[in-house]
Amino acid sequence: MADPVPETTDTDNTDTDTDIGGGWHSAARRRAGTPRRAAAAAGRARLRGGVSLVLLGLLALVALLVPWLGDAAGQQVDYAAVLRPPSPAHPFGTDGSGHDLFVRASAGLRVSLLVATACALASTVLGAAVGALAGAVGGWLDRLLMRLVDTVNAVPHLLLGIVIVALFRGSLGAVVVSIAATHWTTVARIVRAEVLSLRSRPFLDAAISGGSSRARVLRRHLLPAVVPQAALSAVLLLPHAVWHETALSFLGLGLPPHLPSLGNILGESRRAVLLGAWWVVALPSALLVLATLATSGLAAGWRDRLVPRRRSELAL
Amino acid sequence: MLSATGIVAGYRRGRPVLDGVDLGVAPGEVVGLAGPSGCGKSTLARVVSLLHRPWAGRVSVDGTVVTRFRHAAPASLRTRVGVVFQQPRLSVDPRFTLRAVVAEPLLAAGADRATAAETVAELADRVGLTGELLSRRPHEVSDGQLQRACLARALAPRPGYLVCDEMTAMLDASTTAALVRVVLDHVRDTGAGVLAISHDESLLAVWADRVSRLGGAGRPGAGGGQQEPPMTRGTQSA
Repeated sequence: MADPVPETTDTDNTDTDTDIGGGWHSAARRRAGTPRRAAAAAGRARLRGGVSLVLLGLLALVALLVPWLGDAAGQQVDYAAVLRPPSPAHPFGTDGSGHDLFVRASAGLRVSLLVATACALASTVLGAAVGALAGAVGGWLDRLLMRLVDTVNAVPHLLLGIVIVALFRGSLGAVVVSIAATHWTTVARIVRAEVLSLRSRPFLDAAISGGSSRARVLRRHLLPAVVPQAALSAVLLLPHAVWHETALSFLGLGLPPHLPSLGNILGESRRAVLLGAWWVVALPSALLVLATLATSGLAAGWRDRLVPRRRSELAL
Repeated sequence: MLSATGIVAGYRRGRPVLDGVDLGVAPGEVVGLAGPSGCGKSTLARVVSLLHRPWAGRVSVDGTVVTRFRHAAPASLRTRVGVVFQQPRLSVDPRFTLRAVVAEPLLAAGADRATAAETVAELADRVGLTGELLSRRPHEVSDGQLQRACLARALAPRPGYLVCDEMTAMLDASTTAALVRVVLDHVRDTGAGVLAISHDESLLAVWADRVSRLGGAGRPGAGGGQQEPPMTRGTQSA
């Protein structure tokens, strides 16, 4: 050893611990990362948000414009061009009936996004109403509603959705109802928790003392406070609803065959895969994956801005 | 007469914060309430402003016995007792402008926007808030300015009784003096009764007509060193 030992005589404790990573940090600091790492993470988050936004915009354009421009080609059945691989004439190839898959998948994307938006809106409104009521009124009503939420959650969503669709036969409305009726519970829980945390704030005491009725307190103080959370969970629900719709349609329980949703396309074409036509499944699926990733990326970015302390533990 | 007799109240079962407290505030009278920290002053304030249901005892406002509290109490009864809390920051909705904060009880009572705006302007003038301040949100004003808005809000329904729960604890001397003057003007104009809660004895000596004491403040050594809030055996008029 060339270096002289420092003044402290107990040398056994001056080990290499302190030299790694420039000194000791508390657990919280280590979890939070260094400032430089945090800046890099913020940059990545911004990039993710930007990319998601651009991607979603492109997909929306495709979903809106392509079926409109190429309607004739898309619906046209061309038995001379069955199961053609991707080519300049048919970017996504053709399916077993000779439909142009790009046009058909774009139309499917449109239907899927429409269903997803309707589901997200319906379940958010329902969930926010139930959650706000449970949180604001409390007592036995709260317990009753929350046990209802537990009951809905206890049944597998897809199974419950299948039952609901089977009751109404396959149609757009039935699919929306079946997805919305099984997914309002998350929103209800979030809104109830938010309302409960607001309930004991002194400004509500002040409002009560000022003569505000229950409905007024709910309308003026509680609902505006939960809107960001509820809107966020609605956006988070979008990709999930797309998947649900696709799953139902794939099982033949969702949309009627004349509405080309992504699930319908995948369900119809699964036999073609066995004939080696990979593009029939892979390319519409890629569209679905892109749409889901873009939506959840956007939602994650929004969540980071609104609720920084719950940074992105994001479920797809 | 705002009166509370034999009030037993608390937050956890078996551990009452107030145990058999009596209190009376006559119209036109300023009653001070003093006591050490944790003795239940604020709980008593919440009980007499109908915000906290006591476990036992009777609260009556102008002879009407209150049987239901918070939302369940009739709005006319709730607005008879105005209340100003200790922390203005927590007692206003952060989304509202100060103008909306002051107008809230008026709109809740069914006033139309024009008359509400008129009353708000008049109240703001009384508590010393400018129009520019009224259009700001709570995070853009100081505690003192916010407490002025809270006092204006409490005075908006023209309450017969005003409960000031440590209203001036967060404020400097000049703002304290201004707010106390506003309250005293309200007493002079409308003959309202005031329950002024404070731990500042010198303030109460100036402000209140008589001072009640909660808890064992009179007993030596009762104030400090206790883990639990001391049980109270009623108030003694000083």
